[in-house]
Amino acid sequence: MPRREITSGNWAFAEAMRQINPDVVAAYPITPSTDIPMKFADFVANGKVDTNFVTVESEHSAITACVTASAAGARVMTASSANGVALMHEIFPIAGCFRTPIVFGLVNRCIGAPINIHCDHSDSMAERDAGWVHLYCEDAQEAYDTAILAIRLAEHKDVLSPVFVCQDGFITSHGFEPVEILDDAAVKAFVGERDADFPLLDVDHPVTYGSFAMSEYYFEIKRQQIEAMKNVLKVYDGVAKEFEAVSGRFYPKLDRYRTEDADFIVVVMSSASGVVKDVVDELREQGIKAGCLRVRMFRPFPADEVAEILGTAKAVAVLDRALSIGGTAPLAAEIKSALYDCGKNIPVQSCVYGLGGRDFFPQYARELFMDLAAGKVSREERYLGLLE
Amino acid sequence: MTNRGNSAEMGKPKRWQDVPMGGIAFGSSAEAVETGQWRSMRPVWDGEKCISCLLCWNQCPDRSILTDGNGKVTGIDTFYCKGCGICAHICPKKAIEMRPESEFTGPGAGAKGE
Repeated sequence: MPRREITSGNWAFAEAMRQINPDVVAAYPITPSTDIPMKFADFVANGKVDTNFVTVESEHSAITACVTASAAGARVMTASSANGVALMHEIFPIAGCFRTPIVFGLVNRCIGAPINIHCDHSDSMAERDAGWVHLYCEDAQEAYDTAILAIRLAEHKDVLSPVFVCQDGFITSHGFEPVEILDDAAVKAFVGERDADFPLLDVDHPVTYGSFAMSEYYFEIKRQQIEAMKNVLKVYDGVAKEFEAVSGRFYPKLDRYRTEDADFIVVVMSSASGVVKDVVDELREQGIKAGCLRVRMFRPFPADEVAEILGTAKAVAVLDRALSIGGTAPLAAEIKSALYDCGKNIPVQSCVYGLGGRDFFPQYARELFMDLAAGKVSREERYLGLLE
Repeated sequence: MTNRGNSAEMGKPKRWQDVPMGGIAFGSSAEAVETGQWRSMRPVWDGEKCISCLLCWNQCPDRSILTDGNGKVTGIDTFYCKGCGICAHICPKKAIEMRPESEFTGPGAGAKGE
């Protein structure tokens, strides 16, 4: 029987790792993801897993060990945050190209400077073109469930790509809340064993990873990665349904909340969506047709589905917890692009909130919906909660 | 569907789908690579001075010191030797001399060579 525990996003993710029992974990601690390898190190020391736990001297080494272990045929997991993620940057595209299905607990924290340990999405958003799947979780339950689900998605033969399982630093990673933990046996049966196609350790069928590919074939190999991402859109729902059969919980690519008949929709990711959903309920009681779209899958970006959901709205606001300094914030850019392609000229207000862990209050969402309803939509990016 | 593993049999891929996934190369091929082509200096071994101490054999990064199976050095394998000169540097009897590759190739090659 599944059991309910009061636990945090980090501990829940580590518990999923214990149940998955990966072959290799190579990690280097950085706040706020430190709890994950720390808790997992307990499991290793107490003989709860038989993972080869590699303690390395930097994040760059951690992800390098993960890529090589995964190429060798191992099931591999790790975790990091912020500047640790940034230090791994060089290796992420290699993991994507080698098609190493690493599952990565990315606990979102802003990139310094100024140095700051709290949440925003600038760390993962900087890696959005690396050939990794990006899944953003709203709460600890979802972080736990997604860790398990992501193993099957990453290792799917049509995908074979690494996956970031993102959760909001401190807000989710350190907040304690009830989480339903599945039976060990159920998780073990769901994830199965990794069946690698070309493991380096299969010495009877030798292969070379990382060989040179100049202008003749580099382009073609990148095209294959694009195909793998397109395949994620095709196979994701099937994997999510299989997970639902085990857990009773279904996680769509896009979490739509009262959007079906909504005139005004706020698009948001991760933990702040709970606040927006509350405000949607409040405004609905006042007769305002508000809705919330939470983007859970950011890479690949499900643009067609987004266009379908937003296509009937009168106005949309997009909340980004990251910047593209001098350009359009990452989620807003994707949303506008999706709407342009479907030929709908729907006003989109781009808003940046919560940088460096600044709180997101219901009042911000309330004002935003009222502005959408009043037709106050501008091409200028807006900054919610900024001292100005 | 992306090619999952027959680069040994295939010709030059004509479509992106035919390129092996992730740029993986099938089969072990390093033994067929003539790294000796990279060499600009060639070690010349003198069998009269050599005492077969095997310091060079131990240190050679390219498995290029040839032996007869009884622990006696018989020469240098120029197919793999990149000319790094470690052997000449560590030889206690100065039995290996590094000479420019130009002495062995091109016009007049062999005039001053082996």
